[in-house]
Amino acid sequence: MPANRFNNHTELGIGVGLRVPHYRHILSEKPTVAWFEIISENFMVDGGRPLQVLDKILEQYQVVQHGVSMYFGSADRPDRTHLQKLKRLVKRTKTPWLSDHLCWGSVDGTYTHDLLPMPYTFEAAKRTAQKIREVRDFLEVPICVENVSSYMEFHASEMTEWEFLSEVVELADCGILLDVNNIYVSSKNHDFNPYDYIDNIPHDRVGQMHVAGHTKFEKYILDTHDHPVLDPVWKMYRHATQLCGVTATLLEWDDRIPSFDEVHNEALKANQFIDQARAEHKKPGKRR
Amino acid sequence: MHQAVTRPLAPGDRTDRVWSDGRKTAKVIAPLVKANDRLEAIERLEIYNRMYWYRILDCVADDCPGLRAFLGDEKFWKLANAYLATYPSKSYTLRNLCSRLPKFIAERPELTAPFTKQALDLARFEWAQVVAFDDAALPRLTKKAIKAANPETLRVRLQPHLTLLHLSYAADEYVLAVKRGDVALRGEASQAVVQRREKKKTQKSGALKEEAIDVVVHRSDFSIYYKRLEPEAARLLEALGKGLPLPAACARAMRGSKLSEAEQAAKIQAWFSLWMRLGWLCPREN
Repeated sequence: MPANRFNNHTELGIGVGLRVPHYRHILSEKPTVAWFEIISENFMVDGGRPLQVLDKILEQYQVVQHGVSMYFGSADRPDRTHLQKLKRLVKRTKTPWLSDHLCWGSVDGTYTHDLLPMPYTFEAAKRTAQKIREVRDFLEVPICVENVSSYMEFHASEMTEWEFLSEVVELADCGILLDVNNIYVSSKNHDFNPYDYIDNIPHDRVGQMHVAGHTKFEKYILDTHDHPVLDPVWKMYRHATQLCGVTATLLEWDDRIPSFDEVHNEALKANQFIDQARAEHKKPGKRR
Repeated sequence: MHQAVTRPLAPGDRTDRVWSDGRKTAKVIAPLVKANDRLEAIERLEIYNRMYWYRILDCVADDCPGLRAFLGDEKFWKLANAYLATYPSKSYTLRNLCSRLPKFIAERPELTAPFTKQALDLARFEWAQVVAFDDAALPRLTKKAIKAANPETLRVRLQPHLTLLHLSYAADEYVLAVKRGDVALRGEASQAVVQRREKKKTQKSGALKEEAIDVVVHRSDFSIYYKRLEPEAARLLEALGKGLPLPAACARAMRGSKLSEAEQAAKIQAWFSLWMRLGWLCPREN
């Protein structure tokens, strides 16, 4: 199950996000890392240091692209210039698959640069799936869509978030980048059982997973990516691994970034939970 | 919903409780957004409203440290808020967020008065750095190509990452002092929540000297450099960038020069030699 058509039949293991504060360490020390995830937009440029660093990384490592601005859920058609630049980068990195978020964030060419939640309607699912297909056909690479963390819900929604995600990926025939931390954050903000989410998505479409840290406030939780992964999220990750199989996993750490070794060691904790998942082999719905 | 997320924040970084048509924002939002047992609908919206502004304001601050240091925080944030309300992002990348800031400063001088000229110079200079950081580097013009070309009709173009600026203030020295020790130009795109605006105080950087300068902001070996030019050299480079043939560009550069012809020739040769070494000149396709 883990090597599937949505991750281009790869088994990459545990990766970390490529971030500027670690460039020097990575290029000089060449640590053993299974793969790096890059934010596509940071390298969709015409020249300069970003591409120089990327090329050096590509000499040594597997890189997978993750985007933050395709906005599959926006009504706008995909921007042609954006797609062309993205495709150039896809060719450069030879990314086995490409991910972006199940969200909206632009209207009539004006961008919010945020990952805004969608109303979970059948119409939105249909339109979003069409856009994913269009992007995939242009880029000629498998696509996984990531569930976002969210802080508001819409009256217009006709289904749960996991039903919406399932509907979209089935209609688009694409993969899922399952962000376990995002499920946890949204479950606390919207009062649902996160295990219901994990249990009720098409597990055979999960091509990648994300784990990350978050921050608790009095009335809500924010997806801040500035902490180690919390225990409840690791437990959910173990459960997801039981259901989906051992899947390429990426730790996101985007703010207050510690040393590379600290980030990498945090990511490698996933192995403990993978081992536990292998040992336990629980059925869906058993763990709460 | 887009309008609700991107509306300017009210004092205290709150979502404005009054909608643009005078209704209560809570009443506008309630039919769209659900409340829960901890947060009203407008409070849930407020999380996104704040994140939107914090993210883009931080980006402007990252890209314009010199302008921020010069104006001071209060004036800078007021300018940045007004700019982003007038010119929201039209690009998938935050890289281009400040591209229209010089235009906006010229359009709304009251926001930077009585220092509008200084602010304009700094904004133009700092945008040139963004361009220098990651714009394209084309194949350089080679000596072989020059030898093969007819010097009477030779036309070149400048590297896309190069910007030639005519400034009234020594923005180069000022920004250099502000950015001392800074490596990155701006924050990277990320999917993490932006919690609050960076509150660290800008450092004192001395005065911005009034001084007419011609300065090139460019990239070499993946680093950004500033290079001041003599006025004649700036005119030559500008003319070449506009696509004038070599003789016409040289004539324009030296118009009114008090240098002898021999001195002019020596200067032009030295400038060309330097610019070729720096890779500033590229072949121009007709």
